[in-house]
Amino acid sequence: MAKKIKIVVVEPDRDRACEIIDALSEGGWGDATVLAETTSLARRLSEIDPDLVLIDLAHPSRDMLEQLSLASDARGRPVAMFVDQSDDEMTKAAIAAGLSAYVVDGLQKARIKPVLETAIARFQMMSQMRSELDAAKQALEDRKTIDRAKGLLMRARSVNEDEAYNLLRKTAMDQGRKVIDVAQSLVTAAELLG
Amino acid sequence: MTGTHVNCGYVPLVDSAPLIIARELRFAADEGINLNLLRQPSWSALRDLLALGHLDAAHILSPMPVAMSLGLGGFPAKIDALMVLSVNGNVIGVSSRVAKRMRDAGWNGAFDDPCAVSHALLSTADGPLRVGVPFPFSMHRLLFEYWLKADPLCRDDSYQIVTTPPPLMAETVGAGELDVFCVGEPWGSVAVDAGVAELILPGVAIWGFAPEKVLGVRRDWADGEEDTCRALMRAVYRAAAWLDKPDNQVLATEILARSEHLDLPDHAIYHAISGEIVTRPNGAPVETAHFLKFHQNAANFPWRSQAGWIAQQIGLPDGADIATAEACFRSDLYRQHLGPIGVDMPGASAKVEGAMRYPTAVASTKGHMILGPDGFFDGAIFDFDVDQR
Repeated sequence: MAKKIKIVVVEPDRDRACEIIDALSEGGWGDATVLAETTSLARRLSEIDPDLVLIDLAHPSRDMLEQLSLASDARGRPVAMFVDQSDDEMTKAAIAAGLSAYVVDGLQKARIKPVLETAIARFQMMSQMRSELDAAKQALEDRKTIDRAKGLLMRARSVNEDEAYNLLRKTAMDQGRKVIDVAQSLVTAAELLG
Repeated sequence: MTGTHVNCGYVPLVDSAPLIIARELRFAADEGINLNLLRQPSWSALRDLLALGHLDAAHILSPMPVAMSLGLGGFPAKIDALMVLSVNGNVIGVSSRVAKRMRDAGWNGAFDDPCAVSHALLSTADGPLRVGVPFPFSMHRLLFEYWLKADPLCRDDSYQIVTTPPPLMAETVGAGELDVFCVGEPWGSVAVDAGVAELILPGVAIWGFAPEKVLGVRRDWADGEEDTCRALMRAVYRAAAWLDKPDNQVLATEILARSEHLDLPDHAIYHAISGEIVTRPNGAPVETAHFLKFHQNAANFPWRSQAGWIAQQIGLPDGADIATAEACFRSDLYRQHLGPIGVDMPGASAKVEGAMRYPTAVASTKGHMILGPDGFFDGAIFDFDVDQR
């Protein structure tokens, strides 16, 4: 087999990092290191000297990697980002999944592609899980706010819970707003008025 | 909500204010657009999303459209600057350890003396200075290098650039990983507040009129979505004009601090808006003229010569590259879209950069306008028409 590809995954979240490393190991890429610390990223990367760096698109330290790939000579060595600048499909897939990859040393496209495909698939799965989790959290928060608004109405207008909710819903419909927005305004106003 | 949706990316910095004000004070809605502001964690993420069409427009560093158009870094893409969003606004700072060394060598802490401070910095260095800047293609880096390289003590190995995201700048300095940094507000003030750094020079002391952020779009979008492009430019222009009225400073700070878009403390924002910069922990504010401009002195006009200067400083001094760079600062669209609403326009679209030591009246469509000052600290002037053609 040809020389192993040395991979660095920049990811402060331990669980997410493990997910990626597991996926890579399953695919046969065992030489993967996780960097969680970001203040010394540039120094650590030059010590490890990886062939490929994977980083979350939403990670602010991505800008550091730009510099590393530009370091030698701006014009002579264009940034090899994602697989290849010309591979639009792969790049778009990576971006949609929330992943950036930097090829630090000129690796061949054919060798990077399967690594990236694995990583993209795992990123997609993780971001889907994350957005479902966020949605569940938000729904819980919304319910708490609506419950508080209902409580305020029940006390102020001496109505029961169903009537309070209907009042919220009717106001929301009349104003073309969401129930949660009306409830939020009511809670905020009540806080302001003490 | 009605109106054309415009997805606009930005990085949460004080100088994204024109976009936030355009949305919050409904300048955008008045022009019939629903300005959807999308916060981005890094310049490279913002650039890629813009280049690939996930964003229609973006608050970008002024060297980015030049670098992208010349194929440097990331995707080569035809990205144009429709207008300048802000002029100046950067600060250079050093770690507390370096500041102490400089003081011991006789530096008096002055915030307005480029030559004295570069001498103090270089003469006390005990190895290559590790310099944090936000992005390889940023005005921060260009100004820093322009300034430091002018010092006779500066050699090739006097410093090394370390790209560091602005929100991590204070932490990285505090961890002892950086000696010097050049960053946009509020992040210089944040480092001072954290007690890990002192500010030694404002960007304006290096170049009096440096285009800092621009409104970037893909060239095919500017041409293909002409109506939306015009509406966006007008909305942002009006927001910038509102922001630069002294009476609006306090209100602007409040709106920006409260806005969900910025998420920064009031006092950190006010330093930049007012130009009163606190340079060291517990120090008194230093009033810094022209610290950050959103509108005055034709600040929004995308001068072709500004793009020329950027290309030259990036290291592409030949005429063809300069011309490519100049073509992505769209003074033509600026005239075409803002002229009809009565915006005063300068007679020419390029100027001799650095020629105005003082505010200067020049001929314009409405009689005259006051430009500058735009001098460089070393007195250099850049005339690309003469030098390059």
